[in-house]
Amino acid sequence: MNREQHLARVFVELADTLIADFDAIDLLHTLTERTVGLLDVDAAGLVMEDPRGRLQVLAATSHAARLLELFELQNEEGPCLDCYTSGEQVVNVDLADAAARWQKFTPASVKAGYQSVHALPLRLRNRTLGAMNLFVSDRSNLTPEDVAVGQAMADVATIGLLQERDVRRQEVLAEQLHDALNSRILIEQAKGVLAERAGIDVDDAFRRMRAYSRHVSRPLNSIATAVIDNAIAIEELQKVGGKSSPG
Amino acid sequence: MSLSRVQQILADLVDVPGETETLPDQLCVACADALPVNGVGLAFMSAADDHGGAIAATDGPARTMEILQLDLGEGPCVDASRDARPVLQTDLARTGPTRWPAFGPAALGAGISAIFAFPLQVGGIRLGVLDLYRDTIGELDDEELVIALAYADAATVLLLHLQGSTELGSGLHPQLSDPIEDRPEVHQATGMISVQSAVGLADALLLLRANAYATSRPTTEVADDVVRRRMRFVPEDDHHE
Repeated sequence: MNREQHLARVFVELADTLIADFDAIDLLHTLTERTVGLLDVDAAGLVMEDPRGRLQVLAATSHAARLLELFELQNEEGPCLDCYTSGEQVVNVDLADAAARWQKFTPASVKAGYQSVHALPLRLRNRTLGAMNLFVSDRSNLTPEDVAVGQAMADVATIGLLQERDVRRQEVLAEQLHDALNSRILIEQAKGVLAERAGIDVDDAFRRMRAYSRHVSRPLNSIATAVIDNAIAIEELQKVGGKSSPG
Repeated sequence: MSLSRVQQILADLVDVPGETETLPDQLCVACADALPVNGVGLAFMSAADDHGGAIAATDGPARTMEILQLDLGEGPCVDASRDARPVLQTDLARTGPTRWPAFGPAALGAGISAIFAFPLQVGGIRLGVLDLYRDTIGELDDEELVIALAYADAATVLLLHLQGSTELGSGLHPQLSDPIEDRPEVHQATGMISVQSAVGLADALLLLRANAYATSRPTTEVADDVVRRRMRFVPEDDHHE
């Protein structure tokens, strides 16, 4: 498949996520994973503002990326924060030149093996909901096409989160974010339950739940609920595998 | 910072001498004082079923509305609980009667124009709903929403400790009244402990927090030990001093 075909497939997949049984966390994971694949970057992480005005890491394609996102939030500096604050893209920042800009984030990212970082806003009109960070180990620049594709992905996800409803409607936004945050907690709890039952680590537990969720076409949070309620046999989850997708 | 706000709300409750069962009432009164609303109600569920039937509320229409929703089995509180989502009704006259045929007209008749219901939950742990009642239409502004959510967070901690079968004595222990730390390892450990100790998620979270307090360690640190399997909560370990 060429890139256009890949892109078309990804958009269909994202659109499909938006239709029935909308699951915000699943959408954000799909967004970060597919962006990594399409742009050939190493990792992606995504932060969003919660209704309490705090930024939260809602998706990441690798443990390292999640740690760097958390690191940004803890130290209140980094590309995602700059992007979120300004609502503008922060792209093609070579970490070799960024020591002064982000005094803590830059060395941490270099240590994790990255050469450049990029951040794209999740923005609709003048409202910025969050930002997606891209981490790259082998080059300093994304092509303008890469940036455009990445931003288009972020835009689709943003519209999905707002589900074409009026962004000013408080209830919709509060509901969506409450849902996103609470299903994230639910999924963490389910990871713990499954990890303990199956004697695996929590990352493996997550991979199995996601693989199973795709296999049976049910949203991830409903699988998480079933795991917590012990309504799915471990063997059932194991059958599907779950080693295919990273992070 | 909403974190310190939640701690302050809880600390104020702890400071008031009184029986355990009056703490939810105190929280309702404090919430009604902090916001331009007419009344505040709190419905809590038991672990066993969706509606424990217990309520707390400020005096007046809020209490009437809580009882009414419980009796009718419909209303914003019931929806927030069932769907696990906030229900923010900014103009009850416009939307209420169609959405809730029995409750809507009754609420309007009692002079209520807007209702804001916040589910109190920690992932799969569902504890209850905090309801704000107001006699004017319109949204909560951003600052008011932040305050309302801080009271919801405080009510979540309160109900968690009241619901748990872990005996904590009367009143909230100051250390256990800290907000629930929203870190992945805390929730993962909660899930693991629930399997290890064969208890529900609410009790598992209480066990985790109680252990952190008993050993003078941050909850996240104990949680990390559980996730990395350096520590287990077997049923015999139930008893913390």
